[in-house]
Amino acid sequence: MPVLTLMQQLWLIPILPLAGFLINGISGRRFSKTLVNAIAIGTVVLSFTWALKTVLALGDERYSEHYFDWIVAGGFKVGCDFVVDRLTAVMLLVVTGVGSLIHIYSTGYMEHEGGYYRFFAYLNLFMFFMLTLVLAANYLLLFVGWEGVGLCSYLLIGFWFRKKSATNAGNKAFIVNRIGDFGFSLAMLLIVVNFGSLDFGAVFAAAPNKPEVLTTIAMLLLIGACGKSAQFPLYVWLPDAMEGPTPVSALIHAATMVTAGVYMIARSFPIYIHAPAALEWVALIGLFTAVFAATIGLAQNDIKKVFAYSTVSQLGYMFLGVGAGAFSSGIYHLVTHAFFKALLFLGAGSVIHAVAGEQDMRQMGGLRKMIPVTFWTMLCAAVAISGVPPTSGFYSKDSILLAAYHHAPWMYWVGVITAGMTAFYVFRAMFMTFFGEYRGHAHPHEAPRVMTVPLVILALLSLFGGYLSVPTWLEKFFPTLEAPEDFALVAISVIAGGLGIGLAFLMYRNPGLADSLARNLGVIYRTVCNKYYVDEIYDALIVKPIVKGSRLVLWRGVDAGLIDGAVNGVGSQAQGLGGWLKLFQSGNIRSYATWVVFGSVILVVALSLIGAVR
Amino acid sequence: MNGVPLTWYLILSAVLFALGIAGFLFRKSVITIFMSIELMLNAVNLSFVAFSYQLKQVNGHIFSFFVMVVAAAEAAVGLAIILTVFKNRSTLNVDEVNSMKY
Repeated sequence: MPVLTLMQQLWLIPILPLAGFLINGISGRRFSKTLVNAIAIGTVVLSFTWALKTVLALGDERYSEHYFDWIVAGGFKVGCDFVVDRLTAVMLLVVTGVGSLIHIYSTGYMEHEGGYYRFFAYLNLFMFFMLTLVLAANYLLLFVGWEGVGLCSYLLIGFWFRKKSATNAGNKAFIVNRIGDFGFSLAMLLIVVNFGSLDFGAVFAAAPNKPEVLTTIAMLLLIGACGKSAQFPLYVWLPDAMEGPTPVSALIHAATMVTAGVYMIARSFPIYIHAPAALEWVALIGLFTAVFAATIGLAQNDIKKVFAYSTVSQLGYMFLGVGAGAFSSGIYHLVTHAFFKALLFLGAGSVIHAVAGEQDMRQMGGLRKMIPVTFWTMLCAAVAISGVPPTSGFYSKDSILLAAYHHAPWMYWVGVITAGMTAFYVFRAMFMTFFGEYRGHAHPHEAPRVMTVPLVILALLSLFGGYLSVPTWLEKFFPTLEAPEDFALVAISVIAGGLGIGLAFLMYRNPGLADSLARNLGVIYRTVCNKYYVDEIYDALIVKPIVKGSRLVLWRGVDAGLIDGAVNGVGSQAQGLGGWLKLFQSGNIRSYATWVVFGSVILVVALSLIGAVR
Repeated sequence: MNGVPLTWYLILSAVLFALGIAGFLFRKSVITIFMSIELMLNAVNLSFVAFSYQLKQVNGHIFSFFVMVVAAAEAAVGLAIILTVFKNRSTLNVDEVNSMKY
């Protein structure tokens, strides 16, 4: 393999979408849709090509470029550095590749929407920040990308800003992410204090020398990752984020941005392997989130909500893989998940497009014949996420489950149950959407070619993406984990997936069964259907007290009482003093002159008394 | 120093200054007040020059020249103001020119 010696001009990769953002954002309003498309897609595809070229030239070694010193303060220095290693390579290709497909798809999906250029400008800006995040060679630059994608997420969730629920969802995403980012910032400060640098290479080289602080740093980083990757207890923003346009859900809230947390933990693996307690927490949080979100997904009726909870659950899987020490398995699942979950969302978008904006699956059904391409491609994604061999999801999920078994057998069993639930809710959605009689009132029609072609490409990737052997590619990058292949374990998880699919089929054939089950389960069903009332609990425990406290203490007490009081007090005191002083302003020149004479006399007398006049 | 001693000059200067203050405080006509100011300035000039002569230094002379220049400028501006006031109010009584008060 050719060794990278010349400059690879890595900066081109993120700068291209930024240029697209600037051109479209500034003057896109006056451009035709074709021109906006050409700029938006062109820059991302070029960026993909450049990333591909860089990755093909990449050897075993990391390759970095230094552009300029960003912050220099004494011995502390943060540079604007980009680095490409094997992990970055995987992320680069996923982000730019899936990103390109979703850009193309969006031209069809957003065709009839207002603010067309604005949408693509935001999307390009997102690509810029995501690529900065992935390419960054130090934590601070990574944090820039991290916050930038959060901003774009906010902008795109609230894309239809006239809709109150959309702007609320955007705010929620932004605010919940602040909690995670607070943890991330604290982690960075601790790293600076202890290691004097934020550079990945320097920090990771020095990490083993200070094992006592690593657990704290790792836990704080985990909080950041939980916010961005929608893990319990900070996952609540992701389901609401479905208020945004569907391509956004596919790109940002399924394939790329939400995986940033997984990427960041995998990137920080030298810290985590010296902090086993924190790594255990990664696995626990991931596992719990996987189960928790999967159960909620079982009872949702909004097609995008099902996939949103599925995303939360699958992200939990990735955390489980990473937490079990199988970093490459986590990244592997990240890649395959990017394929099939982007496909599921884009397919859902195509369905919603076909039935004129309806998202409730109870108003769908029988669409298999009407939108066949969407159906078949989504079916590919559904079998992939269910872990049916030999699709991509089978490989990645099983490598995670094997690692989990190796780590702790009970985690494997919980993971298997989750896999069964995953298969069930995805196929439940498939049956409700595509089989039976059509229950809605629209006239479903297949999406245009620009939308179906990305679907087909993603379907192929979902089916055969497992052969892109990510773990082999990352073999030398991560510490190897000995998880022997075990046929029985693989078979059990496949059977669990099959059972889930079968159960979904059974329920679809006998709708009465599902209803009676829901009735019999009563309270449990209602709890799950209402997402365990987590939003309500947060509202009562956190949001309400903060709002009340702000109103009573901060507004009425501090603002109206203290601050306004001080300002008004100064004003009225000045007025009082002025009222007394104005009496000197009599308008009589001779009284002024008298004051002057008095003043001079007093001055002279005073000076004489202290002996200044001899 | 032969002839008139310094003290006499200073006493004269003080008397002139006091007369100026008295005129300023007790007269009602603007013109008279104006002349009182000139009187005070010249009283100060006198003491400056006397000291300068006594101490054999040129500083006092220079100072008194400055005072004269300022006094000339002041006279020009002041008389212009007095003219304008008289044109508008038909009076030279300072007690009647009192609209700039609370």
